[in-house]
Amino acid sequence: MGGTALFIAVFLACLVEAVEATTIVLASGTTREWRSTLMGVGCGLASLVVLVIVLGPAISVIPLAYLRVGVGGLLLVFGLQWLRKSILRASGYKALHDEAAIYATQVAAARSASKQRRGAVSDWYAFTLSFKAVLLEGLEVVFIVLTFGTNAHRVPLAAAAAVAAVVLVAGIGVVVRAPLARVPENGMKFVVGVMLTAFGAFWAVEGVGGSWPGADAALLVLAPAIAAYGLLIIVWLRRQRQSQPATDGTAGVGVTP
Amino acid sequence: MRARLKAFGAFWYDFIIGDDWTVAAGIVIALIITGVVATTTTPAWWIVPAAIAVLLPLSLWRATRHA
Repeated sequence: MGGTALFIAVFLACLVEAVEATTIVLASGTTREWRSTLMGVGCGLASLVVLVIVLGPAISVIPLAYLRVGVGGLLLVFGLQWLRKSILRASGYKALHDEAAIYATQVAAARSASKQRRGAVSDWYAFTLSFKAVLLEGLEVVFIVLTFGTNAHRVPLAAAAAVAAVVLVAGIGVVVRAPLARVPENGMKFVVGVMLTAFGAFWAVEGVGGSWPGADAALLVLAPAIAAYGLLIIVWLRRQRQSQPATDGTAGVGVTP
Repeated sequence: MRARLKAFGAFWYDFIIGDDWTVAAGIVIALIITGVVATTTTPAWWIVPAAIAVLLPLSLWRATRHA
């Protein structure tokens, strides 16, 4: 598997998750207090590091065939989830991820919550909000880094891609101090969905004993084919939506988390 | 305690399986068939791509038909 493809897939996936986490952290920090917010971010990151330290070596001792079936299968299901969601958004059946609207909602909720001190944390609401955001969004990052990295025997490269994405987003977040609304999240989610699905299918089939025509080169056909198929489905769903009555077409479209 | 366990299970179900369990079930079935066919002389690589080609639009069609 090409190191470039692995780097791009992990980098884009992490970029999407980092943007989502940054929106919530910014909302918490600007409306509540930065000290508790940053403590939450630190604890969230520490929990993720512990998870990597515990799960990383555990995954690497699994025999390659089992790893490819299990991890390939999981990646495939996970990738189809991302692809499904991005197709629904691109075709208008689900609202695009609106960071500005999510930021406004979080700010309103943060302003109305009462301040409570617990131990060293002076604002428990700000702490838990940022902790949950970092942990939950980071969990997907950890999953992708470990599964991609272990299967391709390139965990350091996958980790470097994740760190690069997080540093980039956090850096921009610190500079602009506003939700990163211009990031084309849905397009990135589609690309990542395609890559997770393609690599997941490739590894899972090899894991159960199948062999691809052209070996690794099959990925060069599989990934573009899935992307083209996904785009065709978007066209089909857009046409279906346009042919539906206007009142029906607006159902289900709103701000999504 | 029971509620927490339930919430823990629901989180992982949502994290891995997501909105449509039939996609995950279909992939598992496709992998089992691939494993069986791979023990014969018939090529087995096409079964999972074929499953994706069927499961993805089917899942999307189900999600959008009542929208």
